[in-house]
Amino acid sequence: MSFDNLDTLYRQVIMDHYKKPRNKGMLEDGSMTIDMNNPTCGDRIRLTMKIEDGKVSDVKFDGDGCSISMSSASMMTQAIKGKDVDTALAMSETFSLMIQGKEYDNEMDLGDIEALQGVSKFPARIKCATLAWKAMEKGLKE
Amino acid sequence: MNPYEIRKLFPILDQEVNGQPLVYLDSAATSQKPAAVIEAIEQYYRGYNSNVHRGVHTLGTKATDAYEGAREKVRKFINASSTEEIIFTRGTTTSLNTVARSYGGANVKEGDEIVISYMEHHSNIIPWQQLAKEKGAVLKYIPLQEDGTISLDDVRATITDATKIVSIMQVSNVLGVINPVKEIAKIAHEHNAVMVVDGAQSTPHLKVDVRDLDCDFFAFSGHKMVGPTGIGVLYGKKELLEKMEPIEFGGEMIDFVGLYESTWKELPWKFEGGTPIIAGAIGMGAAIDFLEEIGLDHIERHEHKLAAYAMEKMSAIEGLTIYGPKDSEKRAGVVTFNMNDVHPHDVATVLDADGIAVRAGHHCAQPLMKWLDVSSTARASFYLYNTEEDIDKLVSGLVKTKEYFSNVF
Repeated sequence: MSFDNLDTLYRQVIMDHYKKPRNKGMLEDGSMTIDMNNPTCGDRIRLTMKIEDGKVSDVKFDGDGCSISMSSASMMTQAIKGKDVDTALAMSETFSLMIQGKEYDNEMDLGDIEALQGVSKFPARIKCATLAWKAMEKGLKE
Repeated sequence: MNPYEIRKLFPILDQEVNGQPLVYLDSAATSQKPAAVIEAIEQYYRGYNSNVHRGVHTLGTKATDAYEGAREKVRKFINASSTEEIIFTRGTTTSLNTVARSYGGANVKEGDEIVISYMEHHSNIIPWQQLAKEKGAVLKYIPLQEDGTISLDDVRATITDATKIVSIMQVSNVLGVINPVKEIAKIAHEHNAVMVVDGAQSTPHLKVDVRDLDCDFFAFSGHKMVGPTGIGVLYGKKELLEKMEPIEFGGEMIDFVGLYESTWKELPWKFEGGTPIIAGAIGMGAAIDFLEEIGLDHIERHEHKLAAYAMEKMSAIEGLTIYGPKDSEKRAGVVTFNMNDVHPHDVATVLDADGIAVRAGHHCAQPLMKWLDVSSTARASFYLYNTEEDIDKLVSGLVKTKEYFSNVF
């Protein structure tokens, strides 16, 4: 088995977010709730976000899924918390390019999320990584 | 039957995936195709491609003979009385939707009941949900036993005189359970309900006799039984099909077309609107020839043996949960499992790195996943070309998966 190849997917930081998810749970009143499923595999996420003065002032996620989808959700919440709505959406666009293995803006600091770069080499897993981001985009664009 | 000899007849199996020899354990999703099937389809396209039931020309006659010849092979394969009872469809899903819309549309009324089970595939759930909603009918589920089997007591308790349709899968695509559809049909008939059997997972693996089962409708797909995708069959008893209206209208299915009224062809063609799936039917016919030459009884025994071997080896892996009956005689060649702390997608990705193809997900059976209290599972499914060696590779792959994830955590 070529573990080397797998190691590009299952990076330490990813497994850390999977085991110890950040911002897990639900926000109480005054926040928006977005539910999203990946119908092909059954992964699901519930994202709750509080938007104040054009900023994502708080965000939490709950859900059920594989290491890639849940760690991506954890990292995403960490990345957008406190950011402008526009910045969050721009990050999502950059993330989408990165995960598809396309050229992306290196100027933007994605932090831990860059660990997910290896997913682009596993096309069957790209949808796992994008689930939480799609939920966030849906919420912010509404 | 020697699976090593059979393997050689499937060109696709002779390849490496991620640098490892392919171990294909996803036949319940779709089976691989032997050269004989691929060649039959190629011969049709290269040699006598033509539309059927139309032209007077020679190729048209050849194509019609091959298409109708395939129908006769299907009739014999499931022991139907007549080719009038064999309708070619796009697959099991289309077959079940045809029964729901045509038979169900005409015979199910407000307050009537439709009975299915918790283990059904989405294709044997949603057509009935839609029908029930449209008619104001009640959709009822037969519960499952602890080991995932259906008890006839529960069947008797669920089916009533208000039940009009009972629709059950013969073999579960998740639990591998073989259901007592013959006995269920008998109970359905005592209440004057019709019995529909979803045979998608049974026809590839065991001998089906629709007259012995005494079911009213039987649906299956070509691609799970070494045939091509895009072709399937709906069997129906002639006296029922004769009274049913087509659900698709157009060319091919008509007898006479007037400006405001038309009449339909006789059975089975009135249900085959449009140019039929000619190459698919020919490929399915070749698949039937292939399976019958080996013998369904041999295939069934081989799979029981593989299932027993897999259950034994996999049970020895600590932290692995196997779903469904423990008794391998009660199951076909499907083993569904989960590994402690490792999500099935991650299991499948690691196995894939080792060249082993398994399915991970909800297997189009979300109500069953709910019953099992899991969001998804991994599944290894076996067919005539699988060997004990394949299972050994799966088992060592699973052990490596477990080690890999205990290291990265």
